[in-house]
Order: sequence, then structure tokens, then C-alpha cells
Amino acid sequence: MRCKKMVDVGRRQFLRGGAVAAAGAAVSTIAPAPAKAGPANAQLDYPSNKLANLSDLAVNEPMDIEYPDADSPGILLKLGEAVEGGAGPDNDIVAYSVLCPHKGWYLTYNGEDRSLNCPGHYSRFDAEAGGQQIWGHATQNLPQFTLRVDDNGDIYAEGCSDLIFGRPSNVI
Amino acid sequence: MAYKRQIDRLPIPPSDAKVQNVTCHYCIVGCGYKAYTWPRNKQGTATDNAFGIDLSEQQPADGKWIAPSMYNVVRQDGQDVHLAVVPDEECVVNSGLASIRGARMAENRPSRVTGTQQQRLSDPLVWRNGVWQPSTWNDALDLVARVTAKVVNDYGEDELVVSMFDHGGSAGGYENTWGTGKLYFESMKVKNCRIHNRPAYNSEVHSSRDMGVGELNYSYSDYEVTDTIFMIGANSLETQTNLFLNHMVPGLRNGARFIMVDPRRTVTVHAAEEVAGKDNVLHLAIKPGTDMALFNALLTHIVDNGWTDNEFIAASTFQDGEAVAEGSSQPAGLGSLDYALQTCRTSIEEAAEICGVDGADIVKAAEWIAKPHDDGARRKCVTAYEKGIIWGNDNYRTIGSLVNISLATGNIGREGGGCCRLGGHQEGYYRPGDAHVGRPAEYVDQFLIKGGGKVYHIWACDHYKTTLNASQFKRVLKKRSDMVKDAMDAAAGGTREELVDAIVAAVNAGGIFVVDVDIIHSQVGRNAHVILPACESNEMNLTSMNGERRMRLSERYMDPFGNSKPDCLIAANMAQHMERVLRDMGNETYADQFKGYDWETEEDAFMDGYNAGNPEVTYERLRAMGNNGVQEPVVGFEDGKLVGVPRLYADGKFDRHGREDKKALFCAAQWRGYAAAGKAREAENHDFFINNVRANIFWQNQFLDQDSDFIQDRFPYPFIEMNGEDMAELDISAGDLIEITNENGATQGMAYPTDTAKRGHVAMVFGSPAGSQGNVVNPGVSELILPEYKLTFGNIRKLADAPPQARAVSFKSKEYKA
Repeated sequence: MRCKKMVDVGRRQFLRGGAVAAAGAAVSTIAPAPAKAGPANAQLDYPSNKLANLSDLAVNEPMDIEYPDADSPGILLKLGEAVEGGAGPDNDIVAYSVLCPHKGWYLTYNGEDRSLNCPGHYSRFDAEAGGQQIWGHATQNLPQFTLRVDDNGDIYAEGCSDLIFGRPSNVI
Repeated sequence: MAYKRQIDRLPIPPSDAKVQNVTCHYCIVGCGYKAYTWPRNKQGTATDNAFGIDLSEQQPADGKWIAPSMYNVVRQDGQDVHLAVVPDEECVVNSGLASIRGARMAENRPSRVTGTQQQRLSDPLVWRNGVWQPSTWNDALDLVARVTAKVVNDYGEDELVVSMFDHGGSAGGYENTWGTGKLYFESMKVKNCRIHNRPAYNSEVHSSRDMGVGELNYSYSDYEVTDTIFMIGANSLETQTNLFLNHMVPGLRNGARFIMVDPRRTVTVHAAEEVAGKDNVLHLAIKPGTDMALFNALLTHIVDNGWTDNEFIAASTFQDGEAVAEGSSQPAGLGSLDYALQTCRTSIEEAAEICGVDGADIVKAAEWIAKPHDDGARRKCVTAYEKGIIWGNDNYRTIGSLVNISLATGNIGREGGGCCRLGGHQEGYYRPGDAHVGRPAEYVDQFLIKGGGKVYHIWACDHYKTTLNASQFKRVLKKRSDMVKDAMDAAAGGTREELVDAIVAAVNAGGIFVVDVDIIHSQVGRNAHVILPACESNEMNLTSMNGERRMRLSERYMDPFGNSKPDCLIAANMAQHMERVLRDMGNETYADQFKGYDWETEEDAFMDGYNAGNPEVTYERLRAMGNNGVQEPVVGFEDGKLVGVPRLYADGKFDRHGREDKKALFCAAQWRGYAAAGKAREAENHDFFINNVRANIFWQNQFLDQDSDFIQDRFPYPFIEMNGEDMAELDISAGDLIEITNENGATQGMAYPTDTAKRGHVAMVFGSPAGSQGNVVNPGVSELILPEYKLTFGNIRKLADAPPQARAVSFKSKEYKA
């Protein structure tokens, strides 16, 4: 750890907040090699986890979530303005992993310019532009969770755009 | 919306994966990585893998992780294999950190399986029947040799013009600089040659060397134990990323202060403030090109306050007035401190006026650099500079005036000190002597523009994207090379002899025959007649040294793409063809000069060159030294290890100038405003200072990045950082395409609103394929033919509303916000 204090800030922010993630049935893709080749799906099966209800969200107040499992922190965010890839009736709800895809430090959310920032090495990601890295060291944009909103306004995460830091498979 | 990779799992390297040493082949820092390769039909498991860790668990911050960009499928010994290139925690350079450049080494490999970097050249191309036709090495090299031999034999070697890299990493390194150097400086004595990034064959730091001070004299660890980091014209968080993060940041955490001299506020300044606190960071945002006046005032203030290291000055510097007089190839006199001060003496008030900064801040900088601690202990200061002054106003005197400060304060050769350039590529220079080139060296771009030269060999340079005065250079080279293309087209169907005769007739009529050796079909390559495919580091074994002279062997883990070859072997093959053709022509003596290239591998080239001068150093020994390598010069081999030197001049003897007395010299740096031709007038007549800047996301002129969706998605056009009020006045919005114009030409880019940009200053990223800044850089150079890319002025107008790709990108501040 290069800066424990800053990490703790990020960690506290992650732990404090109203995560309502259901524990998804994590599907292991890694099993002892069978003697006989068995069928394996070509694509990961992601859990469908309820994150929140529309009524839980206020504009620009991120909610801490965990997806696809409890070890993968993220945020759920209502931007108040439609964005490409935004979910919900206003097309303005997004969710991202908050583990920096550079070295896995906890990102903190800056509500002023709606960016996610890494205290370790100063990388920044734009919550309004699909998690695009504004500036930084990561070699991918922020993993964005695929959202579905049902008729009751319940918001589910059901997939992820990029590999989450610190794992060889998003579902482990 | 941002580019999504849609990759959510990767193969796991098995425990028996092959592991090899890799030094990142991009920037000078040379971070250590490990390359894991394993057969296509094998994989590790969560608990049994090459990393020896449980991958079914979420890894913590700084934990081991293969990002998708670190993975590919490549060819190794003729087989498709998995490849992962992962940062090495054991390497003292980067301690496991990866930059946005190095972490993409794997995906920047050519792969016919995953489709990456299909722009790479696989076979020689010969201009034939109106297009470039793929061909064989023998066919292509025969044509190159016949035309080149005919010209040098009949008209002399001055008619052969050469552009060649002088760096390490990438496709440079000791092997390849030797191969090309032996061909052009030993078999021939080519005088009309230039280096990849400047229009002549010369040093970028003549004055430091003339003063006795080699420009890479410290160890990166010096940043961790110093009192002050004094950085000038550099942006290390972006351009030497892990030097900043892994060595400067620990130094700042240990209490060092940070001084930055740069007209622009960069992310480096901001990050230093985050780490050290604003009170410990001083940004001197001087007027462009006024660095020398600032340095002279700092020196004057330090001397007048008695903060000099008198013991060091007495023991290690020249004492008797003038040692070297100013002259035609000597842009400033050199001598003792007293001698130099007669010229350099500048008051705080004068400097404040010239530089446009507060005099109190100059005093503060002098105190941070040199004022002894309260207990009387001397202050340690690392001085680090790069392109801001190397490619800025009055190169020789400006760098000399900076080295003066380090010498006067005894900050060279000591722990926590150093006066170094930060560098671009790694170094890796080993060539026969270049004294025949002369000083000042020929201004090769102008030589070509004026119609000089009949044959032009280009090695891994794309001047269309990177040279100065590029608009004119492109126009003229295209015109001259088209004359040869037309002649070749007209000779279609004839014999080889008829083709060579047609080419020679065309070059005698003002045309030029262009041979381009590169890894891709570059912009300048469009005007070539023969294109020869080279390979890169890790497609061959390659040795280089980093910015603290740390030499490593970066191992070959994959095959060269298609039929491409290491540059050193291309040079050797070219020499062999030259020998054959010259013998056929009956010039046996000349042919004999091209003997001695019977190399089968790059290691043979290394042994012929570097090893001959440094017999202790072999591939086997370097391989054993791993990613920590050895810091040059290598002084021995003990207990199975190469022995190096952590920093130069620890004995207080300075020898880079070759003086017998080994005394360092001070530089009589007389401020004279904008020194190069046309700069002062250009500044007066235009509205904007056009800063020429780098960004961490791009490597050099984007030769690989131009084929990366992740990179091009972020900046589809070169960014031009611009103050919001300036944009409003010109009716420019974020992402709009704008044009920069002046008397030299025009270029284009994408407006990037930047709240920290000064009014009247813009910062354009250099070397972009979608907008060459060199188009608007005037041809003015220093006495020793150093270009001044950094000192450019122009006007700006809107070309078009933001294109769709530009509308999709983020225009938020690049500065970290907690």
C-alpha cells in the first residue's frame, strides 16, 4: 500500500453505504479437468442481482453496490440526464466497478464533475461518458455493469463490459 | 460512449508457462515485465498457476492481475501460443507498476489469431507497376544495393542521405544502432545523416557534455533521498510515469520539495501538490523560452548568498578563467565559475521581468535548491530536464546555464543529486565514431529541400509526423520521390539494369530514391520505393539502458511478424548486397569495406559491436542479471554478476568533454532573447503560443497506437488544450476541429477546454497521424542544428463542428479530483 490513508478513505466509503446486493450464485468456471471433455458455455453466466429500486436513487448521489459478488465493489448512480447506455425510464442510470483497472485501488466519486478518481496514481474516469478514462494509467475504461429495470422499478445488474481488476474472470 | 472491450475472462498461465525477462520498449524508464508464454491448448487453474496464488479470490490493490491489454496469442517458434506480459514486482525500476503504454505491450503485438496490429509489415515491398508489390528480401535488397552502390560509387557518399534512430528500446538498442552504424559510419562515411527526432546528426545536450557532465549521471534512487526535485520542461507523470510514481513520489513523501519550471500547469505539478502539499511545490510558469534568464538569476543568487559548494568547486571544476572560447561551432564560452558569472550575472528583478514570474518565487526556488539546512548541512537537489529546454530556445546556453547550478552546488555525483535529462526512448547507442559528420552537422532536412542527395535511406523514422518545417519537407520529398516513381513505372517490364538506369537518370534529374525500413507502412513510407519490414524488441533479443544507465536484455518471446527481421540483420544483408554489387561493378577495394557482416542472429551483432568494446557483457550474463540488470558502465564481473556503477562522477572527476584535467567547466550563458531565426518575429505576429506536448496515453507518433481502438476512442484527433475564454472568443466548442496556422503551414486538432491553460497559450499533442504539429514549426534551429519544436506561435480558427467521434469523448479536466 502506497498511501494507506487514502485507501482507507475509499474503503470507508465503500463499506458505509446502503448496498442491497443479493448474493448472486457465483458460477465457477474453473473446475478440475474432467477425464472426458464436457460442454462449457462460450459466455460467462452472470448473476441477475437486484441492486436497488428507482425510488432509492437521488440524482448524483451514488449508492455503493457489490456485483457480481460481494468482493467486487461498485457504484450505482442516477445522473439526472440521459446518457448513452443509461438505464431506467430517464436513460440516466449507470453502474460501474470502483476498483481501478490500473492497480485495483478504490476509486472515489467526485460529485462536482461526476468523475471517479484513484487516490493511488491519479487516474480519473468519467461517469457520464461510459466510464471513459479521462486521464490515467489503466488500459481499459471502467467496467460498466449492464442494468435492467423491471416494471416495479427494481434495478438489476446482469453483466459487465470489461474485466474487473484482480480476477481472471468476472465471475469467480 | 466509451470503448468497451467486452472481455470478461482470460486464460490463466499454467505453472509450467515459460517465463522471460522483458524491459518495456517504450519510454526511457524501462520498466521490468515478465512474459509468460504457454501452449494454445493448455491453461492453468485458479489454484495451480504460474503466479502461485489463489486466483479464485479477488486480488487486493497492487495484486497480480492480467489486464486484457496484457494478453495476446502470438507465434513462438512457429506455434501459436498464449502470451501474457505482466509488470514485475521484483524490478527495482517499477516495483510492479505498469504504465498505460507498457501494460499494452502484449496487445500491441501483431497477431494473426486475435487480429491485433495487422498494420505491421510482413514482407519487403517494391514500387512496381504503380503500386507497392510484396516481394522477397533478395529482390528488394538487390534493387536497393544496385541503386545505392551506383550512386555512392559514381557520385560519392555525400549523395546518400540517411535518417536513422539512435535510441534504445523499440527497434533500436545496441544491436540495431551497431548494425546501422557499422554500415554507414564504418563501411561508408555518410555525412548527410540525421537522427529520428532532429534534423541533423548531433547531441541534444552538447553543452552538458562540453562541460564534462554526461547527461545521465544519477540513479533513480537519488529522488528518494533528496531534499529538492528541480524539474524543468518535463512532465514526468505522463512521460516517465513510473519514475515519477515509484521514485519521485517516495522522495516527496520523504519530505522533498518540488520545483517545476514550465509555462503550462501539468498533471505532474498537480500530482506533486497532492503528495507533498501545495506549500512544498513551486510552479514557476515562466514565459516560453525564458529558462536561461531564470537559471542565471538562480545561480547569481546562490553565489551571492554563499550557498555554493566551494570545496567541490575547488576540487572538481576548472579554476583559471576561460577554458574554451565562444566561436562558430561553440555557442558559448566555457571556463571557471567566476568566468561564467561575468556573463551569467542576472538580478532577481531582471529575471522576474524577462520570465514573467514573481521575484519572490525565484528567491524561494534558489533557497529550495541551495540554501543550507538550519544545521548547516548542504541541501541535496536532483535536477531533471527534458524537451522543454532541449527543444526550446537557445539549447546550448540554456542547458549550460542549468548545469551551472548543479555544479556550483556540488550536486553531481552525489547521493540525492544529479543533473540529468529525463529522456524519451531508452538509450542503446553503440556505433563507430561520428567525427566525420562534423560540428555543426549538416542540416539534413534543408539539404534535401534544396535538392541535395540522390538516395535516401530511412530507418524507423516518420518525419512527416515529427520533423520541423514538415509542410515544406513533405511537399519537396513527395515531388522528388514521385519523379523516381514515374521513372520506375515507365521502365516496367524492362530488365533490372534498365530499371536501375531509369532510377539513376531520375535522381540525376532532381529526383530521389527512397528506401524505408520500418515496422509499419508509415506516412513518409508513402514516398518510398522500397520498403523493408523490421521487427521490434521481444520479436528479437534487444539490449538497451534506461535513464539511470540500467542495462537489460529484453528477451525474444515471439517470432518476427511474417518475414520481417531485426534492423541489425537488415543492415548486414544490405551490406552483403552492397559488397556483391560493388564487386560486380569491379570496385574490389570499395567492396572489401562491406565485409564483416556474417551475422546469423542479433546476438552476433551484439558481439561484433557492444561486446567488442565491453568484453564483460554477454547475453548470458545479462540474462542472469534479470530485470534489474546492471548500471553502466560495467566495471567488472564478480561472483557470477556483472558489476556496474550507481552514479557517475562519484570521484569528482568529470570526463565527458575528454579533458585531461577532468575538471568540469561552467558555461558563460548570455541571454539574448529568442535566438533562432524567425522565432521572435513569429511570436510578435501571432496570437497563440503553440506548446508541443506529450500525453501518457500515446507512445511517440502513435505508430502502434493508431491501430488501437482503446487509444483512438479516447483521442480520435490530436487534442489542443485551450483556455475557455479564448475558445469563446473564437466561437469554438469542446471537440470542434480547429486549425493552427502560421507562415510555415497549418495543422489541425480537437479543442480540449482546459481551465488551467493560460490565455493565449495552447498545448497540442505532438506527432499525431491526424494532425502533425511539425507543419507549423518554423525551420529555425540553434547554431548546432537543434530544432525548437517547443517555440512555435500561430493563429487559430475553427474548421468544423465536433465530429461524431469527438462528440463522444470526455472533455473533463485531466487533474485528479479527490
